Amino acid sequence: MIEINNISKWYGSFQVLKDCTTKVEKGEVVVVCGPSGSGKSTLIKCVNGLEPFQKGGITVGGISVGDPKTDLPRLRSRIGMVFQNFELFPHMTVTDNICLAQIKVLGRSREEATERALTLLKRVGLEEQAAKYPGQLSGGQQQRVAIARALAMDPITMLFDEPTSALDPEMINEVLDVMVKLATEGMTMMVVTHEMGFARKVANRVIFMDQGEIVEDATKDEFFGSPRSERAQQFLSKILHH
Amino acid sequence: MFSGFDFDVIQRALPYLGQGMLFSLGLTVLAMLGGIVLGTLLALMRLSHFRLFNLPASGYVNLLRSTPLILVIFWFYFLVPLAVKKITGDTYATGIGPFHSALIAFTMFEAAYYCEIIRAGIQSVPSGQVNAAYALGLNYRQAMMRVILPQAFRNMIPILLTQGIILFQDTSLVYVVGLTDFMGAASKIAQRDGRLVEMYLFAALVYFVFCFAASYLVKSLQARYKVSR
Repeated sequence: MIEINNISKWYGSFQVLKDCTTKVEKGEVVVVCGPSGSGKSTLIKCVNGLEPFQKGGITVGGISVGDPKTDLPRLRSRIGMVFQNFELFPHMTVTDNICLAQIKVLGRSREEATERALTLLKRVGLEEQAAKYPGQLSGGQQQRVAIARALAMDPITMLFDEPTSALDPEMINEVLDVMVKLATEGMTMMVVTHEMGFARKVANRVIFMDQGEIVEDATKDEFFGSPRSERAQQFLSKILHH
Repeated sequence: MFSGFDFDVIQRALPYLGQGMLFSLGLTVLAMLGGIVLGTLLALMRLSHFRLFNLPASGYVNLLRSTPLILVIFWFYFLVPLAVKKITGDTYATGIGPFHSALIAFTMFEAAYYCEIIRAGIQSVPSGQVNAAYALGLNYRQAMMRVILPQAFRNMIPILLTQGIILFQDTSLVYVVGLTDFMGAASKIAQRDGRLVEMYLFAALVYFVFCFAASYLVKSLQARYKVSR
């Protein structure tokens, strides 16, 4: 589904991504972790072309992201993305947030889009908040709306960029529950997160990044059971034992 | 203290002064709307990564912002008709009249200032919002129209109005091309009736009331948006 081949990216002379290669198969859940500044958010933003890269290639569903001939908006509309800071549009109601791209990009009618929005809001447990503005919701609720907004586009894959990092601890689980449900329903997911509990529960593979490199790319059991690299061992011991 | 003055002159001239005020307000509103539309386009050009767009726009803005307004009004009244004659070779071509030339001059002058306000407003919208709009598959135009500009303008309303207040005061400069705005009307009556002090005091009072009321509105708008965010 997602193929990342030898991606390198520089900010000026600083190299943020060094020759990264990995793959996410259809229906697979891949968790990307690593210390901050390791390039994991940059990598996931390269997947839908929000960040340009200078070397290598990425294809999603067989379509090249870096190719100037690619209709990037169209490709992006099939890739759901959830951000650390939710990024709901504050001047629109929850329903309008979910309807906007359905109407403008997919060409759905307002009725059709609203119906889909309400179905998805029910699925994330927020049907009563449909008429509210994002500012009236808690962080956890906003993030669930953001997930619903991405799902409304019927994506072939979902990208999550630290979806729980900006949340208060008591709200993390309501968001993770939605994500676990998605994963068990077979959604192809690439998730940047520090939530190792989530990784243990639903990940097929775990990618560990450090200083712009993919240091470890292993199945979940391998990664948690016997990480090969010393950096991954150190990272795991730091975040698991405290 | 005012025993030697004749304030009745104001009352007698009120219809004429009213016409002048309508002219001033009309010119202000039209130039503001035109300036905001043109200023938005200029701001988008200045923010563009293409030199073909951002160089001409920043050249235009810098030129007009370094030029006195009165000179711009003169240009459009005297020089543009001359230039049109030169270009078209039509020696009988006349200007477009003082009102339209003044309106164009104000619009183009204000556009340069609005451009900078709107550019800052667009940049004040967090980049995450832009990313979210693009990630949903919106194109540049849709992202701007639906996501970025609505938020930018909401943040900018107070400062756009403040610029409008300055514009309202500046419209008094149209006397240089023989137009009669509120200031011009007051000035004509003052000189005809020899009541300079009375008329200019009154004119100052009227400008003060209009501008003060408008700034009060700006302040209350600012307070409201602070709460809603």
